[in-house]
Order: sequence, then structure tokens, then C-alpha cells
Amino acid sequence: MPIKSYLAHPCEGKKDALIASLSSIAQCELLPAENEDVVIVITDTSTEEEDQQLKSRLDNLEALKLLVLVSGFDTPKNP
Amino acid sequence: MYTSLSSRRLFIKQMAKAAAITAAAGMFPGIIFAGEQERAAAAQGDLEWKKGPCRFCGVGCGILVGIKDGKAVAVKGDPRSKVNKGLLCVKGYHQTMCIQSKDRLTHALVKKNGTYVKTPLDEALDLVASKMKETIEKHGKDSVAMYTSGQSTIPEGYVASKLMKGAIGTNNLDCNARLCMASAVAGFLTTFGADEPMGCYEDIEHADYFITWGNNMAEMHPVLFSRMLEQKQRRGAKIVDFATRTTRSSTASDRSILFEPQTDLAVANAICYEIIENGWMNKSFVEKHCNFTKGLTNIGYGLEDKFAFKDKATPIDFEAYREFLQDYTPEKVAKYSKVSVQDIKYLAAIYGDPNKKVVSYWCMGMNQHTRGTWMNNLVYNIHLLTGKISQPGNGPFSLTGQPSACGTAREVGTFTHKLPKGVVTNEKHRRLAAKIWKVPYERIPAKPTYHTTEMFRAVDRGDIKFIWTQVTNPLVSLPKTSRYRPALEKESCFVVVSDVFPTPTSDVADVILPASWHIEKSGIYGNSERRTQHWDQMIEGPGETTPDAWMTIEVAKRMGFGDLFPYSRENHVEEIYEEYIQFHEGKKHGMAPLKALKRKSGVIWPYVEGKSTLWRFNAEYDPACDNGKAFHFYGKPDGKAVIWQRPFEPAPEKPDAEYPFWLNTGRVVEHWHTGSMTRRIPVLHQAMPNAYIELHPDDAMDYGISNGDMVKVISKRGACTMPASINERGLPTKGQVFAPFFDEELMINDVTLDAFCPISKEPDFKKCAVKIEKV
Repeated sequence: MPIKSYLAHPCEGKKDALIASLSSIAQCELLPAENEDVVIVITDTSTEEEDQQLKSRLDNLEALKLLVLVSGFDTPKNP
Repeated sequence: MYTSLSSRRLFIKQMAKAAAITAAAGMFPGIIFAGEQERAAAAQGDLEWKKGPCRFCGVGCGILVGIKDGKAVAVKGDPRSKVNKGLLCVKGYHQTMCIQSKDRLTHALVKKNGTYVKTPLDEALDLVASKMKETIEKHGKDSVAMYTSGQSTIPEGYVASKLMKGAIGTNNLDCNARLCMASAVAGFLTTFGADEPMGCYEDIEHADYFITWGNNMAEMHPVLFSRMLEQKQRRGAKIVDFATRTTRSSTASDRSILFEPQTDLAVANAICYEIIENGWMNKSFVEKHCNFTKGLTNIGYGLEDKFAFKDKATPIDFEAYREFLQDYTPEKVAKYSKVSVQDIKYLAAIYGDPNKKVVSYWCMGMNQHTRGTWMNNLVYNIHLLTGKISQPGNGPFSLTGQPSACGTAREVGTFTHKLPKGVVTNEKHRRLAAKIWKVPYERIPAKPTYHTTEMFRAVDRGDIKFIWTQVTNPLVSLPKTSRYRPALEKESCFVVVSDVFPTPTSDVADVILPASWHIEKSGIYGNSERRTQHWDQMIEGPGETTPDAWMTIEVAKRMGFGDLFPYSRENHVEEIYEEYIQFHEGKKHGMAPLKALKRKSGVIWPYVEGKSTLWRFNAEYDPACDNGKAFHFYGKPDGKAVIWQRPFEPAPEKPDAEYPFWLNTGRVVEHWHTGSMTRRIPVLHQAMPNAYIELHPDDAMDYGISNGDMVKVISKRGACTMPASINERGLPTKGQVFAPFFDEELMINDVTLDAFCPISKEPDFKKCAVKIEKV
């Protein structure tokens, strides 16, 4: 049950478009920087497979220039 | 106490957010996320975060490991680390997940009548010591060997060197860094007389161009590559990928230039030709700080047992060097390098532009090369000719593959020819070692014995009758394992393997010793940029797992060398380090005191008066420069660096009618080396479950091969059958195939060739000839 955080760097002038694209993805929580062209993305998925599918989807976003992984946590299925 | 899953997930999400905020703050000082920063910071909860370096590659990222109830439950990048500034790669943040693998080696195993029997560690160490002693008594001290690692900690490497060279009196100690960094070492020593890069990662923030030489940094050094991409995005820095295969690094670069394997030698010379003939040479720098020298040519490939070679340096003048370069005009080189004249001139113009700062990065592509030392020399030539060296944003930088290839293998000196300071052939260096180790000077032999390839050949011949490997898996990582696996299976050699998990190497051991993993012990690593990093033990290891350093000490004591190893189990890391740093006292290599290492996320040596030296040999930054000039290459007696005349020579084995493909081998981002750890991390294993053979689509079509078809890769030495990969991770050029070596079930090193650079003795894993068959 992976939870990951990324720094998403938009293509030039496309920060708003990137935020709009990311906002439409249910597994993503966003935290845009107020004064820099970077958006924190927290992903929350149920399985590794879903996580990988999501990553592929993020990588293909047109407004995304660079996605840098910061941290990841895998919560146990049984606490 | 019960914690609900939903509240735990919420908590973890907050931690992930906090980690991202701190990472962003490291990259963008003053960045604002409004109220979230405070809320996230408050959510750190009841985890105890302990700092250390990452277990895997040579970048040396700082990690923070979240500990709860004595278990490692989370990993995040250390925002205080100047290396990674809070970032981590996919291996980094999953690293602790291998610890709990069900097949973890928790107790010593001794082979009895063909079966491994669980044995108390004390008893197993008694057996190791008695076997080692008995072998020496019967066959002489050069019949025993240790083979260690660039993943050994500094204390582990130090006690191994002290046991073999100081106590027993044999130079039969080598390490797996021979397979990855030896050419870089030989390159630094021949050009500068001093090992390791002169610059540091901070160069990334200053350079206008990054030229990567045969180096897939996006997969092998992803955090540094992220830092480069960041500079590309923020201020327009350019990345030029010069390689034999199109990779993720190529596609992320501004320009990708492909060359025919082995011809990097010629292209580097062509760049030097262009620099000189276009008047781009920094004459003042060259006159003040460089000499010209030529070495021997047609130097062989080390394919035969007991191969010996010694280079001979002959001084030449600039005109002779310039004349030599006439064979390397772009037009001539383009004909066999498959690099266009335009691209050669493009590369030369970047280096030649006095207003552009350039860093060259390389790793295995240049080092694992039968002319690896020459290739290192040639890239230094480019930087020396232009004076682009030892300055922020200007310099040649060889990256390491392993977390302490620099700290342990190179600085402690776990090669056959090395001592903690200097080399065994130097009387002064032997006398210093004898003094610090408190052993008779005569005991340390003056001649190197076996480098890695020759060490395993000696096992095969029956010359080595006892070998102890630590923190390495040679039966997956050596070239031509098709010879060395049967060699280690022979009854003539008693094999001891210390490791954390079972491997193909431990499968042939007579004794298996259960080693502590990274955070289950205290340790010290040294990364690619001369940064020394300490960590304290974070958790207890299972069963009788024990730090390798302590197992070496216990064996030494049992062999009667207890007086030379007076360390305590509780504080041996600190005690060994304090002894070790005596070797490096002074401005040229001073190591930081332990209290500084404990306080910071690593410091860079030379550590002088409480400060790291970020750029060596430059009087502005390096207190060891004392020649009164702007630069001082003090590794050489006259203070000058050497521009070496090194020609192009072909590879020992090239594609022909019978074996029409080049075979190139390497790594993938998901797996660390032979996969013994990362293949036990479910998410990494699932992401990259097996090795594969990459083909160019045209070659695949010619052979009727589709993605996933099984393909047999055959050389004169062996064969390996693996699934085809076409247009997936990487794209080899036509006439080339590529396979990663992480998969012990698909052993591509049965196919590779054990030719090596005659100077560095580093094997070439990147070039041999193969044929393929669709199965």
C-alpha cells in the first residue's frame, strides 16, 4: 500500500496546466509552491501495480517536465 | 498499542509530505507552501530518525531511517545532506525492506558431508582461524587470500588490510572495486600522482555543460542526474551524453552522441587535436602546470594467466604530442568511431570555449575498459589542455559505483598493491604502516601479488588454498564466471563467505558467516566526492549476525595476533578509525575527527582546520597548495600534472563473421549490483524481475525475434538464454546487444571476457563478441 511523495516540475509556463492535470487524478494530493515552479505530489495507492500505473500516467502528463521522487512508504496490510 | 490503519496511513502521508517539503526547501531556498509547512512538520510523530549514508551506490546520499519499537519502518532523504538535499532514488528509499527477508543468514553455517549445518558463530570462527593458520603453515602465507569490497566500511577494510599485510605478511588482499574503479585510480595516479576527484558535487551548481562519457547517470546515479536536470531546467545548463547505447540518460540530455565501442580513445584524442589546432589551448596553464609524457603501446589485454606488464613513462615535448595527434583529426576518427566530424567538433568546441564551464562525468564505461587507464588519462588531457580543472563547475569527475569504493578500497587501500597510505612498493609507505600497526617493517611484503582476476585464476590453478570473501558476490560479478565458478568449487581451496543473504558465492562456501547489514552496525563510508560519512548502529540484527570488522578481529585473535587488534566490540568502529586517520595526517589528505563526522552529514577530505576542501590543487580552495602559484598538482614531485600521449588500440575481441555482435553489460536503476539485496525487496523485484537482452529493432527483425522471445547469447566462453527486450529500457546500436548482470539466474557473466587494462588490471565488461540464437 504505497504512499510516495514527489517534486513535480512543470514545463515552462505550464504550472497551472500541470496542477489542473494532477488535480483530476484521484490518487494524488497536491501541494503547489506559492513562489516557485514546483508542485509537491503525494500519491496514495492500494497496490504496487496501481502505483506503477499511476507513475506511468504521471510521467506522460504533457505539462510535466520532471518528476523527482522524494520519499516512499509502504504501509503494512495489517497494522 | 493498537493503531488503526486509516490513522496510520494519514500519519505516513503527513511524513511523506514533510519529506517533500524539506527536499523542496533544500532546492529552492525561501520556497513557501503556506501553512502546510507547519502542519507537516508537526506530523513527524513518534518515530526516531537516525542519520546515515545510503547503503547502495557511490553517490553517498544522506538518509534518515525512521525507527519505531526497534525496527526500521521508513526511509527518507536527509535534507541536511549536501549530497542529495533530501532526494532519494527508488533503491534508496526501499533499502531497509530487504532486512527481514525470510532467507536472511542469521547463523553461521558449516558444510559437513555436503550439507550446511547451523553452527555457533564462535565455533565457525575457530574453524576459519584454524584453517587459515593450517594453510599458511602447510603452503606458505601467499596460499591464503581475502577478497573484500567497495561496500565494506572503512573499519572493515582497515582490519582486513592489517590482518593480511601487517599480521600475516601477504599482499593477497584485493577487492571488488578492482572491477569498477581501478582504472580511475590508475588514471588519477598517473596524471596527478594523487587519487580521487579534485572537485565535488557542488560543481553541478556551477557548470554550463555536463559531458557524460559512457555513463548512464539517470539509472546509475539518479540523484546526481536529478540535480543536473534541475540545473538544466533552472539556468539552461546542457547535458551531452556520449555513449555506445541510447539510455534514459540519452533521452533526457540535450544531445546524444553514439560511438563505436572502444573508439572513445580516438574521439578523446580528436577533441585534443581540435583544441590545439583551433588555438583553444590554455597555453599559460599548460606551461605552468603540465608535463607531456608518453607510455608504452601495444600493451596486451591480460588474457593469459600470470600476465605481467609495467608501463614506462618517457617525457616528450609539446610538439611531439601535437605531431602524435595528427593521426586523430576528426575526419580520420569519424571513419571508425561512427561519430560524425560535426559531432567531434561540437564536443571539442564545448571544451574549447573559455567562457563555458564543463564537467566530465564517467563511471563504468570508461573504467571497465581494456584501456581504462588511458581513457581516464585522455579525459584529463582535455581538461588540462583547456585549464578547466579544479575550479567550481570545471573538472573531470570519475563517479564511483559503490558506497565506499573511495573510502575503503582506495583510501584504506584494500588492493594488493595498496597500503592505508601509499603503496607496498614504497619503502617509506611500508615503514609508516609498520609503525602505526606496530609490526616489524620486514613483515609487509614489497611486491603486490594477485589482483582480482589473477586471484581467482590462482584459485583455479590451486595456488590459493584458502579464500575469505566479505560483502561481495564474485560468482555473479566476475567476468567469465564460467571459469571461476568451477574454480571455487574445487576441493583444493577452502572458501569462507561472509554475507547477509545466500548468494551463488555462498553456495560454494565451506563456511558461511552471518554478517550484519548496514544499519545493524556502526560504520563509515567514503563517497565519490571524497566525503566521509559516519553512522551509528540503528537497530539490532537477527540471530548471531555480526559486523564483518568484528569477525575479522576475532579470527585475527584466534590466529595469535590479538595484540595487534586491541579493539573493543562496543567501540571498535571508533577505535579503528582513530588509528586509521593517523595515516592521512596533514593538509593533503587529513581526515575529519570522528566528532565532526557524527555531527554532520559527512565532510570532504582534506579536512583542514575544521573545513572541507571542495576543490583540490587550486590555491584558492586547497590549503595544501604551497608552490606560490594558482594551481599546485602536489601529487607529483614537480607539482605538475601529466598530459599523456595515449593512442587508440582495438579491443581484444571484436565482432566477426561467427560472433557478429558486441556484448555490453551493465546495471539497471532498480537493482544494486548482483541483486542479492534488491531482488529481496518485493517492489524492486517486481519492477525488474529478471535480466534481459536488449537488441536493436533491425537486428531483432533480421533474426525474427520479438519482445519476450527467448534468445541465447553465446560467446567463446559460455552462453546465457534470456528474454529479448526491444525498444524498452535502452536501445543498443545496430550490431550490439546489452544485458544487465543483476540476475543470478541469468548469468551473463558466463559469457563475458576476462581481459583487463594492463595498468589498472580492471576487466572490461563492456566489450566482447557474441552471437545470438532465437530459442
